[in-house]
Amino acid sequence: MNKVYDKIFKYSLQMIVIIFCVFPFYYSVMTSLEGSSAVFEPNFFPTEINPKNYNYLLFEHNFPQTILNSLFVATVTVSISITISYFAAWSLSRVNFKGRSMFLFVILAISMFPQIAVLTGMYQLFLNFKDFYFNIFDLRVKGVTSLLWLCFTYTMFNIPFTVWVLTTFMKGVPKEIEEAAIVDGASSFLILRKIFLPIMTPAIFTTAIMAMIAVWNEFLFALTFTATNSDRTITVGIALINGTIEYEVPWGSIMAASVIVTVPLVIITLLLQGRIMSGLTAGSIKG
Amino acid sequence: MADININTVNKYFGDVHVIKDVSLDIKSQSFTVLVGPSGCGKSTMLRMIAGLEDINSGTISIDGQVVNDLPPKQRNIAMVFQSYALYPHMTVFDNMAFGLKLEKRSKDEINERVNEAARILQIEDYLQRKPKQLSGGQRQRVAIGRAITRKPKVFLFDEPLSNLDAALRVQMRVELAKLHNELEATMIYVTHDQTEAMTLADDIVVLDTGIVSQKGSPLELYDRPNNMFVGGFIGSPKMNFISSKILSKSSDATEVDIMGMSKISIPKMSASSSEGDSVSLGIRPEHLVVNGDSDGSWESKVFVVEKLGDVTYLYLEKDGEPLVAETEGHSEIKVGDTVKVGFPAGRCQLFDSSGQAFK
Repeated sequence: MNKVYDKIFKYSLQMIVIIFCVFPFYYSVMTSLEGSSAVFEPNFFPTEINPKNYNYLLFEHNFPQTILNSLFVATVTVSISITISYFAAWSLSRVNFKGRSMFLFVILAISMFPQIAVLTGMYQLFLNFKDFYFNIFDLRVKGVTSLLWLCFTYTMFNIPFTVWVLTTFMKGVPKEIEEAAIVDGASSFLILRKIFLPIMTPAIFTTAIMAMIAVWNEFLFALTFTATNSDRTITVGIALINGTIEYEVPWGSIMAASVIVTVPLVIITLLLQGRIMSGLTAGSIKG
Repeated sequence: MADININTVNKYFGDVHVIKDVSLDIKSQSFTVLVGPSGCGKSTMLRMIAGLEDINSGTISIDGQVVNDLPPKQRNIAMVFQSYALYPHMTVFDNMAFGLKLEKRSKDEINERVNEAARILQIEDYLQRKPKQLSGGQRQRVAIGRAITRKPKVFLFDEPLSNLDAALRVQMRVELAKLHNELEATMIYVTHDQTEAMTLADDIVVLDTGIVSQKGSPLELYDRPNNMFVGGFIGSPKMNFISSKILSKSSDATEVDIMGMSKISIPKMSASSSEGDSVSLGIRPEHLVVNGDSDGSWESKVFVVEKLGDVTYLYLEKDGEPLVAETEGHSEIKVGDTVKVGFPAGRCQLFDSSGQAFK
């Protein structure tokens, strides 16, 4: 009998945690499907299914533009920071040079730096960047100035984190594999491409997803460095969704927007969670 | 032909002097085993020959060419690691073909060489599998196969069998010996397992804290150890050492006492010794004569009896370490019995106070 009680206890605890975590998301999905008046009646199950919030966002609002902007910023940022930190991780985990541990410590320290501390300085730099950029390019490409600047600042804030994580992963790859490749006649670059890259793929995916989520959710810089509706990213876009009249908070649309931007992340994570981290070097080393 | 000459090589890790003026000549096509306790520098020696560690001073030459500054791939060597170090994302075939692909060999040649190696190692059925689908023994074969396909002049093995279980180890040991005959390459093998060393080696090199203690054929090391370290390291259970004193010297023998109970004249000499010097008498358990006639004898109580079936080991009480004696498998001797052990003079070794052997 004890076993049954144990199971009941275990599962009920799990249920509590799951409900606690998932309920807000469930409620926002539900709210996004309700019409304007139903939103204000608390309930656990939707009283009506009404796609009008989604219709409004996708076809009458510039929300798709903000999604594209976010995708652009996230893709550029993640690819640049992963590429740079992949090579940095190799040298930090495999090449012996003076001050290596100091360097790693500094990277860790930088990643703890709060964004708000550099915001004013960054804004000044942004203005200079804009001047510089406007002097070089003609008007047609001016629209992406803010987005490019966002990519730059996000990369700056992301790299310490991705370098740190990838270095830790790369330290976990046995040195013998690399040495075997050296004896086989492979150059360092070839080892990075043909040996480390496939072994590290799950780790790179994990790191990339974490970096991507960070960029996707960033608000402070996105609010500060974007000025027009055409270069908003999703977080700012959601915050600036207006109601039809001044005093109305359009909960339905806001929730629909949240669902639209959250669902892709959830799907990506669910699809990749099996691959993430599993079997980094299974079969290579004794076992 | 690939002689390896190692000439007064030194290696430091920071302030630690791990290889001290080591000189070695390794004959082409020989099987040389480096043995020694952990931390004696045997793996470092191997890695220096491979080119994975720099050399601080001295030279290493392979086939007459100094290779100090050559990268591993130009040294014509292949190495098998203790942990196998297979590429986990590649199939067995690709693992074995990786080096050949880097050498830009033709497809047909790669196929031919990999299949040839797979045939020798009996892993033809696994060529399309990933390493994680293989057992430990199969993985080790793949690691050896990866070395074979490149047809190097020198094979380097770094404790290749120590991750395998006992039965598999014996089997792989026999196969390695066979492989050496088939491939006619120079092989250098690092191990701390002296059975592997004794059975595989043409030459054994015993390393002790960075210096070569002795180099010779297995039986040479077994019968005539240069010093106490080699005497104690080769053989299992290890050689017994008994503190003793020189009673007298003649032109071809040295007379010593055995713990005050009997005198024995041992046909070994050392010019530097004189009467009254403290020496250590070394004798292997298998050479002690239990309850029989011999040159010198000594009596003691048995406190442990180990029956292994083919032999029985008796642990006898002695000041300091126990004296181990070997007797027949079905011995009647029990714990608490008093036995007489005899010391055949021809089997005894003498070591002076610095551990050097009498000749």
